[in-house]
Amino acid sequence: MMKKALAFIMAMVMVLALVACGNSNTDPQTAPDDTTPTETTAFKIGGTGPLTGGAAIYGNAVKNAAEIAVEEINALGGIQFELRFEDDQHDAEKALNAYNTLKGWGMQISLGSVTSKPCEATATEAYKDRIFSLTPSASSTAVLVLDSDADPVTYKDNMFQMCFTDPNQGSASAQYIFDKGLATKVAVIWKSDDVYSKGIYDTFTAKAAELGIEIVSDTTFADGNDTDFSVQIADAQSKGAELVFLPMYYTPASLIFAQAKAAGFAPKWFGVDGMDGILTLEGFETSLAEGVILLTPFNADSGDAKTAAFVAKYQEKFGEVPTQFAADAYDCVYAYYQALTAAGCTTDMSAADICSAMIKQFTTMTFDGLTGEGMTWDATGAVTKSPKGMVIENGAYVGLD
Amino acid sequence: MSFLNFLISGISLGSIYAIIALGYTMVYGIAKMLNFAHGDVIMVGAYICFFAVSRYSLPPLVGILVAMVICTLLGIIIEKLAYKPLRAAPSLAVLITAIGVSYFLQNAAQLLWSSNPKVFPMFFQRMVSKTTPDGTVQIVPVNGIDLFGGELRVSYVTIVTILVCLIIMLALTAFTGNTKMGKAMRACSEDKDAARLMGINVNTTISVTFAIGSGLAAIAGVLLCSAYPTLVPTTGSMPGIKAFTAAVFGGIGSIPGALLGGLMLGVIEIMAKAYVSTQLSDAIVFAVLIIVLLVKPTGLLGRPVREKV
Repeated sequence: MMKKALAFIMAMVMVLALVACGNSNTDPQTAPDDTTPTETTAFKIGGTGPLTGGAAIYGNAVKNAAEIAVEEINALGGIQFELRFEDDQHDAEKALNAYNTLKGWGMQISLGSVTSKPCEATATEAYKDRIFSLTPSASSTAVLVLDSDADPVTYKDNMFQMCFTDPNQGSASAQYIFDKGLATKVAVIWKSDDVYSKGIYDTFTAKAAELGIEIVSDTTFADGNDTDFSVQIADAQSKGAELVFLPMYYTPASLIFAQAKAAGFAPKWFGVDGMDGILTLEGFETSLAEGVILLTPFNADSGDAKTAAFVAKYQEKFGEVPTQFAADAYDCVYAYYQALTAAGCTTDMSAADICSAMIKQFTTMTFDGLTGEGMTWDATGAVTKSPKGMVIENGAYVGLD
Repeated sequence: MSFLNFLISGISLGSIYAIIALGYTMVYGIAKMLNFAHGDVIMVGAYICFFAVSRYSLPPLVGILVAMVICTLLGIIIEKLAYKPLRAAPSLAVLITAIGVSYFLQNAAQLLWSSNPKVFPMFFQRMVSKTTPDGTVQIVPVNGIDLFGGELRVSYVTIVTILVCLIIMLALTAFTGNTKMGKAMRACSEDKDAARLMGINVNTTISVTFAIGSGLAAIAGVLLCSAYPTLVPTTGSMPGIKAFTAAVFGGIGSIPGALLGGLMLGVIEIMAKAYVSTQLSDAIVFAVLIIVLLVKPTGLLGRPVREKV
């Protein structure tokens, strides 16, 4: 009898543990609307992102920075925001659950999702529900596209990005390598089951061909196959690549650096925004990333007063230097602030009404933020701003230009 | 030369699979259950060793011992709480419970140690002084042996992993062949009811099996993370599944089979990547597995099981 009881308790504990993990943030703290009908003085911003799991560093950066921006804006006394951020563990299905939780809460405007795959899923729903979305960091074009089979391709009218789209990153990287004369023989290692990596890879290779940069080695890896890179490194090395382009997140990149060093291969490394964060890896020997070049719109070390104030506040609150993801999220909230003010939106408006006002604002306005001056958006939702080249020197980012 | 280099990479990857597969196969061979949480016990072992060495600056060997002790205790606790009450239940129930334990450990690790990746320290390297061309003497870490004037390179981790694999394999074979507890384990694996009739305490025997399996998991965790130094709460799950494949490949339940299966899986994976396509390597690995299982359903070294009617 005891044993059965114990087994039952254990089973319950595990079920609860699983349930808790799935919805760790769905506390019933947000009371239903009927109990607090007058509490609608703040715009409800919702967003999903990986707060736990392998990509948690991005989700937490976005959440933290958005909180700072909301606090600052609320302290100004004008438009008020209420932020709610749900965990999606970088999983499309969990992101949809999180999105529905936010919808039930009464989300009026959205920060979309932090990473591309989940954001594709939530963007489709937000399009149907007419909730305006501005994602800080989901950079895949698929996030913006409504129907990729249509000719010409149609785009969701209410989905906007604060970050570069992947195609932009890929072609900008190739252009940068060409302009600075970094290499003529290039190797690419990319993640074949990741829309983010594939998107950058496609445009990088297209642009490289156009500019006459020779891609001598082209190798891939995938989930579950991302620990041993000896073959990819040997291929790049034996074909004489001078530069290796790494369109991927920093976790596999850290392994590539370590294994390349062990194999005695020391090319120039060139990363994309997913590389941002590698220096915060606990126990990572930063000398491995020495000389890594990446394109990013944000430089925490820049002398700019706004940036310095944000970095100081972030460091004080969260004990680390904010990454580009954090800066993008901070900009998102301020872009909303600017657009809502200009459109004269009020908190009692429905999400759909705010949505049409925001579409009009974002396609016409110019925004100055931490990640660029004079940003504009086109009707597809893609942003125009100029990337900055950065290089890692002595364990810190240094601007190249 | 590049072929030999790929062969060495394959063997080093395979030796990691093999050492994990040993734990899988031992528990399966004796308790007749698939302990899907094995990969996650490996992850816990790696974390314990990581914290012991980089936070409390203990020497690596002490770190490994601490990890082994804690993993053994963890294995005993998991077995007591999750598997023992299900001894009489159908094996499917135990399998699902094992998956539950696996998720439980992953998420507990995430809560305790956060999901931010940690980089495992390098244990297997030695410091040598090198004279640079301009005459200064530098102390640099060397983590492998160069052969043929640097054309081939075998890392210390690979050598240590293979040696540890062989030692564990021989020790397990000797243990199950010669000691009283080992004989009891073999008896349980043949027929639990008959073993019980012969006066063997089946419960204790299975608990000891789990304890040993979990202790081995700690060693596997340290070696896994020494070879591929990024440590996250899901570190153990994918190598765990690959190692399980390796165990099936070699014949699950067979201790030498785990070693053979692990090495072959690693070599096939690297060769497929090197000579066919990096994109298709997993497909090729599993296609080979399917072919082997079609021809030899019990795996390479597995013993055929006669169904009693």
